[in-house]
Amino acid sequence: MLQGMVLLLLFQFVGEGLSRLLGLPIPGNVIGMALMLLALVQGWVKVKWLEQAADLLLSYMALFFVPAGVGVMLYFDLIAREWLPIVAGTVISTFVVLAVTGWCEKLLDKQEESQS
Amino acid sequence: MKELLASPLFGICLTLLVYRLAELLYQRSRFILFNPVAVSIVSIILLLKLCNIPYQDYNNGGRMILFLLGPSVVALALPLYQRRQEILRRKLPILIGIVAGALSSIISAAGISWLLGGSEEVVLSLVPKSVTTPIAIGITEKIGGIVPLTAALVVLTGCLGAICGPEFCRLVGIRSKAAIGLAVGTASHGIGTARLLGEDRFSGAIAGLAIGLNGLATALLVPLLWFLFGW
Repeated sequence: MLQGMVLLLLFQFVGEGLSRLLGLPIPGNVIGMALMLLALVQGWVKVKWLEQAADLLLSYMALFFVPAGVGVMLYFDLIAREWLPIVAGTVISTFVVLAVTGWCEKLLDKQEESQS
Repeated sequence: MKELLASPLFGICLTLLVYRLAELLYQRSRFILFNPVAVSIVSIILLLKLCNIPYQDYNNGGRMILFLLGPSVVALALPLYQRRQEILRRKLPILIGIVAGALSSIISAAGISWLLGGSEEVVLSLVPKSVTTPIAIGITEKIGGIVPLTAALVVLTGCLGAICGPEFCRLVGIRSKAAIGLAVGTASHGIGTARLLGEDRFSGAIAGLAIGLNGLATALLVPLLWFLFGW
């Protein structure tokens, strides 16, 4: 458990470092994810070292977004002023993206449904 | 009392307690509008407003919970690695789906809000709404949107995708786990992905991949569109 947590945080740390050092437009945690994937593929990191910590974090990922969402309360005035373009643009566009992305994948993907 | 509310303990306890209750509500009711993230956010905002507790006090604990999001994103590498063969077999549909999604997101969000009379800053703030928070903020800063508004819209988009993304996909004929994962991850980043992870690890892994790739695609497409059409 602790071993997995240390590895995840270390990879995030290196990812943040690279993102800043190279001035990349990609956030450090996404770079950390890519590096961790590389380490797993190369066999530098073993699945069993990571499993416990990763499974715990992934099963509670939704919870970790709650404080960011509560931050919306600071910007109610701004949203109230132009609510129609803001809300309609966000909502309709979200459905457009779901449909466009899903249809593209569906049309191009000839694989059979995965078993899980 | 004031000091106790400003200690991290308050924000952490409140978030965990409210989230646990919201989770129970969702498990008992199975009603899609009762998405635990959305219900928790609304309940905590109401509570803070009613009790006149400043957001800054809550956030002393809140930011500690938010911190765990970082290692969680790194942890997404594990399901990606475990399902790598299925993902690699689909690399073309996945890549094309994400680029098409990123493009449609930028154009539809900006287009609709502009048609409805949004001011320039508001229209620009909507451009990166489907991208994960840290990337979205970087993009909005570059093009001249309002950073806090973008952050709020990213959360709104995420909740919307988590509440009804998979249901909407099935409604328009998108049924495979790969396609639903890709659509929900591209449209509603980590919040949509978090819901999928609770239901199916394969869709969740593809959605996790889409968070990173859509962030990258949008970050690259926005300056390109800017250059081509000279907004």
